[in-house]
Amino acid sequence: MSALLDLFTTIALVLGALFFLAGVVGLLRFPDTLSRLHALTKADNVGLGLIVIGLLPQAGSVFAALKLLLVWLLVLLAASTVGQMMARVARRAGPPR
Amino acid sequence: MSLTYVLESVLALLVLGAAAWTIAARSAFAAAVGFVSYGLLLSLMWVQLAAVDVALTEAAIGGGLTGVLLLGAVATLRGTEARTNRRPALPLRVLAAACCVLVSVALAVVVLTLPESGPTLAPQAVAALPATGVGNPVTGVLMAFRGFDTLLEKVVLVLALVGVWSLAPDRYWGGHPGLEHRLPADGVLPFFARTLPPLGVLLGIHLMWTGADNPGGAFQGGTVLAAMWLVVMMAGVRDAPAIRELWLRLSLVSGPVVFVAVGLAGMLTAGAFLAYPIAIAKPLILLIEVPMLLTIALALGLLVTGPPERTADPR
Amino acid sequence: MNPEFLAAVAGFVMITVVVGLARILWGPGDADRVMAAQLLGTGGIASLLLVGVARDLPAAVDVALTLAMLAAFASIAFIKGVTAAQDEDSGEGGGR
Repeated sequence: MSALLDLFTTIALVLGALFFLAGVVGLLRFPDTLSRLHALTKADNVGLGLIVIGLLPQAGSVFAALKLLLVWLLVLLAASTVGQMMARVARRAGPPR
Repeated sequence: MSLTYVLESVLALLVLGAAAWTIAARSAFAAAVGFVSYGLLLSLMWVQLAAVDVALTEAAIGGGLTGVLLLGAVATLRGTEARTNRRPALPLRVLAAACCVLVSVALAVVVLTLPESGPTLAPQAVAALPATGVGNPVTGVLMAFRGFDTLLEKVVLVLALVGVWSLAPDRYWGGHPGLEHRLPADGVLPFFARTLPPLGVLLGIHLMWTGADNPGGAFQGGTVLAAMWLVVMMAGVRDAPAIRELWLRLSLVSGPVVFVAVGLAGMLTAGAFLAYPIAIAKPLILLIEVPMLLTIALALGLLVTGPPERTADPR
Repeated sequence: MNPEFLAAVAGFVMITVVVGLARILWGPGDADRVMAAQLLGTGGIASLLLVGVARDLPAAVDVALTLAMLAAFASIAFIKGVTAAQDEDSGEGGGR
């Protein structure tokens, strides 16, 4: 059972790391601020979510697992609202000089 | 070479890189961003070194609050920054670099040549911990063994705030800090300022409460509370209070006053200033920590908002 | 769960964060810089949770929560700072 959980954790963590990699590739390659914002907020948060899901079996108790989920939900809330405001700033700034 | 070693080396290089970038940045705003990055990376380092209390404080103060304080300074200096000739002469910069290198080398030599088991009071502190009623050795040291230092820190915090207030022009004394933030009430930022702070307040109180037995404490909790209050003020949901308000001033001094009162009571009940009778040590520590939380939250929040820039509303 | 594997993933995430950070901080103009706090916050929290499990420190989740709050707070401050600069440059006044 524990070997199965470890396998699940490994797969989820590798997928999460891959999403972080995808996010940073997007950051490097996308042409303007608004699309870079896409890569930052979406890919990185999915990566974080997969890492949190992967760590759930390793948490000591149900309470600890709930705390991990709370971290992810909090980051989602912050990223979505802050992302909106960042997009507004980027749009006002206009095309890159 | 273990992977943990690789991780720690990567982190160390990141921290140094962030510091170098902060110094080399062209504009003050970029430097403030670099400083916040440096603080956040440093807190990661502390967790890797298993110093979670320090990591909490670094994330809260270094990563968030000081960075925003610097941003406020950047905004105030925006007009003059473009006009001043910012680069000092080359000999001065070489001298500054030489002094920094000298200090860094001296620190590195000292740290690297420390004996394996240097002189430390940690075992005695941990052994005496059960008498204080708390389980976290850091809290035991801060609130019981070195309580006097913590008391003086809080007094210094209030004095620093008075110093910041004294920068206000005479006509604004007693007024509201900062300019008024006017934002449409249904915008994104006011929405965020209504959803995030309740969670933040819960976290701040949790950090103070859990500091008795786990990493945490009133200082970290107070900093999170101050950050949430600043979010509310930055979004225009609530205005900064006028500094002549009585409730504000009473709450600001409540922390140090209660601390001193408990200390004086200790002279009567346990024989020395700031001595706690063993039976009620933990309740006393909690009694001190609650007003301290309020003082820290208010003082840090007001330090960031700065001196009054508007007159108070006429009574 | 092998702590070395967790540390490796944490290190990998931090490296991606630093590469992303280099790109953001290089980017022209201040509008890109506001993303720095968000990137550091998300990546830093991921690494924190991994290191916390690897070194058996349950309190690392508290640090992650604090980091989430403070990263959001810093992002808002950055955004307001850049917005104020944009307001000044475009000649509007009135409120930050």
